[in-house]
Amino acid sequence: MIRLSRLTKSFKRLRAVDALDLGIEKGERIALVGSNGAGKTTMIRCILGEYTFEGDVAVGGKHPRRARSEVLGRIGFVPQLPPPLKMPVSELLRFSAAVSGRKVSDISEIATRLGLDVTTFARQPFFKLSGGQKQKLLISIALGRNAEVLIMDEPAANLDPEARHAFFTLLAERVTTATMLISSHRLDEVAALVNRVIEMDRGKIVLDDKVTDSPLTGLLACTVTLRRPDLAIGKALTEWKFTPSADGLVWTGSVAGADRLRFTGLLSRYVGLLTRVALDEKHSGAGNGVAEGAAP
Amino acid sequence: MSHLVLTARLDVQESVRARWFLVYALIFGGIVAAFFAFGVTESRVLGFMGLSRLLVTYIQLVMAIMPIFILLTTVRSVAGDREAGVFEYLLSLPVGLGSWYWGRIFGRFLVVFLPVFLAMLGAAGWAVYREIEVPWKMFGVYTGLMAAMSWCFLGLGMWISTLARSTDVAQGAAFMMWLVFLLFLDLILLGVLIQGRVPANAVIAIALVNPLQVFRTGALMLFDPQLVVFGPAAYVIHDYFGGPNFIVYAMAYPTLVGTLAAGLGYLTFRRGDLV
Repeated sequence: MIRLSRLTKSFKRLRAVDALDLGIEKGERIALVGSNGAGKTTMIRCILGEYTFEGDVAVGGKHPRRARSEVLGRIGFVPQLPPPLKMPVSELLRFSAAVSGRKVSDISEIATRLGLDVTTFARQPFFKLSGGQKQKLLISIALGRNAEVLIMDEPAANLDPEARHAFFTLLAERVTTATMLISSHRLDEVAALVNRVIEMDRGKIVLDDKVTDSPLTGLLACTVTLRRPDLAIGKALTEWKFTPSADGLVWTGSVAGADRLRFTGLLSRYVGLLTRVALDEKHSGAGNGVAEGAAP
Repeated sequence: MSHLVLTARLDVQESVRARWFLVYALIFGGIVAAFFAFGVTESRVLGFMGLSRLLVTYIQLVMAIMPIFILLTTVRSVAGDREAGVFEYLLSLPVGLGSWYWGRIFGRFLVVFLPVFLAMLGAAGWAVYREIEVPWKMFGVYTGLMAAMSWCFLGLGMWISTLARSTDVAQGAAFMMWLVFLLFLDLILLGVLIQGRVPANAVIAIALVNPLQVFRTGALMLFDPQLVVFGPAAYVIHDYFGGPNFIVYAMAYPTLVGTLAAGLGYLTFRRGDLV
């Protein structure tokens, strides 16, 4: 689906991407990780045809600069930083749908599933939306275009747990039809979404590995028991929409299957406070086991 | 709907919402309103009165304000959009580069030309209502001159925007370009002629190459057909062109400059990094 051959991009003396060779097949879901300046964004911009480059890039066999409209018609892109567009939401939707040959309703349906009612914000300038709302809208445009390739830069970073779950479900529906390239600084943010990890450093690929597929859909019923009530973990769990017992010791809620690594990462910060953690897969219908741990 | 029309419409809507457009529209609308309020149509200068007097004064002000306004707002919004990441996102959508670039130019042309034209049209409408005679021929020629001038500086602004990689550099370059055009206006050229350091033909050639001077001469020609204020230089223009032909030149030349500059800008835009 995507082929990079000796891809090189330099900015004056700096070589941002250095003779990259990479093949991405249909159906692959790739985590593109690396620190700032590793070359991730530059590589993405070359694939989108936004940069000139040396070497070759082909998306579906087409060059992104020479067959621009054709290539970009197959790509849905979500940038890391939402652009400061002054246009109202309705206008952005209309423009995106019109140039992609889609209907506005295709995009607004996805937005609704992510928990964003676009009719409420139709007249509001895009730049005045909250970070999460902007992210949901940009994801909706990318997914609503029914693209074969999804290129997303930190797509779930600003989403609340419910929207993350809806987002993972939407991605799961496209697992067999779309190729995904998800860029992130942190592997734990995207690990559950992908089946291949590519790490970049100083413009080169330093790691290219397959990882076990994990289910993108499903919810885990979760119970967290604390040694004593604590404000900090209480606040963190409330953000995940957990509810406490009357004494504030037992917290119950749901975690998206694909979010389990991120959630356990959160819990690890408060490990001294935990007496018991239960993650029940039965709730999701995806498995039949109970993952449970009791702190000493 | 074609991508070009979609992009043009997007640019018009974005510009109309911008603060600079409000200021721009208020300035030109305000100038005409002020002329009426302060009785410019009732005063007489060089034999001009009524709406002719208003139009003559209006076009002098347009020449002073419009080019720098178009240059600065164009480079600010184009280079600013690129810096802010607007291009990164919108150019990831499947819109052709030609449609994107020319759509923006056509949209912006409407945005910069219409307020200037509508202010003048409003003046003509008011004159008809007040039963003041409207010099329609002068009105038509001024409209053509202003359209050519808008297109010229818009093209130049777009070219600068594609060359400069930051808003600051783009603004600096636009301002420098405007200063160079101002430097070679008739008063300075006359001074150079008087000093006799540069051949007269070279000075006149500079005057004919400077779109701002061409616009000024074309506008002057309508109320001073013999270009008496130019002194001997007027003979050259009349000998080479003749009055009506110079008016055609005054519209065609800036249009050509604007088109060439916009075309060069498109080549730069298409061949380089888009973001």
